[in-house]
Amino acid sequence: MIRLAGIERIFRVGDEAVHALRGVSLDIAQGEYLSIMGPSGSGKSTLLNILGLLDRPNAGRYELNGRDVTGLTDDELARVRRETIGFVFQFFHLVPRLTAEQNIELPMVLAGIDPAERRRRLDKLLADYGLEDRAGHRPDQLSGGQCQRVAIARAMSMGPTLILADEPTGNLDRHTGQDVMAVLERVHHEGGTVAVVTHDPEIGARAHRRIRLVDGAIAEDFREKE
Amino acid sequence: MRFGDLLRFAWQVLGGYRARTALILLAMGIGVAAVVAVSSIGEGARLYVVNQFGSLGTNLIIVLPGRSETAGAMPGVLIGKTPRDLSIDDALALKRSPAILRFAPLIVGAGDVNAGGRVRETPVLGTTAEFIQVRQMDMGQGVFLPPGDPRHSQPVCVIGSKVARELFGTRPALGEWLRIGDRRFRIVGVLARQGQSLGFNTDEIVVVPLAAAQALFNTEALFRILVEAKSREQIPHAKADIEEILRLRHEGERDITAITQDAVLATFDRILRALTLAVGGIAAISLAVAGILIMNVMLIAVTQRRREIGLLKALGATGAQIRAAFFTEAVMLALGGAACGLAVGKLGQLAIGQFFPDIPFTAPWWAVLAAPLTAIVTSVLFTVAPARRAAMLDPVMALSKR
Repeated sequence: MIRLAGIERIFRVGDEAVHALRGVSLDIAQGEYLSIMGPSGSGKSTLLNILGLLDRPNAGRYELNGRDVTGLTDDELARVRRETIGFVFQFFHLVPRLTAEQNIELPMVLAGIDPAERRRRLDKLLADYGLEDRAGHRPDQLSGGQCQRVAIARAMSMGPTLILADEPTGNLDRHTGQDVMAVLERVHHEGGTVAVVTHDPEIGARAHRRIRLVDGAIAEDFREKE
Repeated sequence: MRFGDLLRFAWQVLGGYRARTALILLAMGIGVAAVVAVSSIGEGARLYVVNQFGSLGTNLIIVLPGRSETAGAMPGVLIGKTPRDLSIDDALALKRSPAILRFAPLIVGAGDVNAGGRVRETPVLGTTAEFIQVRQMDMGQGVFLPPGDPRHSQPVCVIGSKVARELFGTRPALGEWLRIGDRRFRIVGVLARQGQSLGFNTDEIVVVPLAAAQALFNTEALFRILVEAKSREQIPHAKADIEEILRLRHEGERDITAITQDAVLATFDRILRALTLAVGGIAAISLAVAGILIMNVMLIAVTQRRREIGLLKALGATGAQIRAAFFTEAVMLALGGAACGLAVGKLGQLAIGQFFPDIPFTAPWWAVLAAPLTAIVTSVLFTVAPARRAAMLDPVMALSKR
């Protein structure tokens, strides 16, 4: 499903060049559940951003569902993101003035899906993620775990094949974090591909495939036997 | 993104930042209200002048001594040199034109009017019996000057209603005598109240026969001749006839000016329209200022809503969608401001109308159209830069900033 080959990412900070990714090659199959771990500054988030088409590599090739996406324009990338990728962030990134329901609806609104179909999917998502009685609440009226569930529901609203989570439990207590992971794992059980960036070993260990980045290169790629 | 969703999204943003929204609406509203109110004052003045000219009489042509190229430039004509005076014979010669219905020669002066021990200085008009019809005035009491040969006069006069009140109080003025200079006149009529007409208050005048005025002011020259054409269509013919007849009488020299009411009216109309446009334009500057305010607020919004814009991009919003969201917001602000402004402008116009009931204040259609349009255009123009900046925002950078 995903094929990365020789991905390089260099940031320029003033006169200095920071080599965030050095020749990363990685194949991810449909339905895999993997964690990306590593010390701070090892390039975890950069890798996730490139996987999510939010960032472009300086060199290398990225194939998503058999399509080379390295040469696409910003707007083409936006459409691919909208259709195939769901994001879950550490700080939830919910729009504060919108209700839980309206936040979940956002990707569908951007995609121009008609209101009746949106309503149908919304009702299902609210039920699936246990948010029915929170639909009309704004983010400041929700707990951290509820916020992250809203964010996951939002990521799932367009039925993506790839879910990318950047430190999804980083802002939650341990119990709530495990709760959220359970929700993410349900997505995986339903056949979705899930990639989680974390520096919590306990969270990382839940994944079936664990990738360790050190200094922008893959140092370890562990796969649990089926 | 559907249009309805775009509207709803912008509406939620506006609702989410209420103070900001209210301030922009206020700025826009003040701009639009200023344009509407100011231009309706200008338009009111224009209509007022037009009505005043209408009340002068219909199908009117005014003949003045002296040549003036700028028809209708009244002050210039008033102080213009008069190479040859207009005489009563000149006026009588106009009878030859088939396009002319009637005419009234006019002499104007000022005199001390004396009656029963009271003295008042008033404008004194010397004219003929036709004057009242040419000027379309009404009699309050009695009759106007008797018809007859303008070269000879009877010692009678007609006075304005205010003169009558001041000289005679509540006593009847009809049949009384009054003295102007060393001549005595019997009052045969009192003019109906008409009030101000082109800076000339007909309530304050005394009208005497032409020949009497000539003797009083010791002059043969006419101040002007008022001519009434037979119909509106006949005005150009009448004007041509007047010019031709008087040219022949003045040894081939074109030394008179015949101005038609339309020409005077058109000149005033042009001047006041230009004036209205100018003050409206000045008021429109405040709209440009409001536009700059919108740009400022939008630029702040791009910084303030960095994370949200980054999020929208991560969720699959294209650059065009981000721009559309900002433009929708700007247009909604402009429309809201324009609606408030039009309402306030209309109220202001009604309020001014309460203080000056004589002047028909109405906002001209172009101002009612141009003000909201300017508001929308400026706010869209001033949103181009902020919207571009938002659309170009790098989602990774935008999202990483806490």
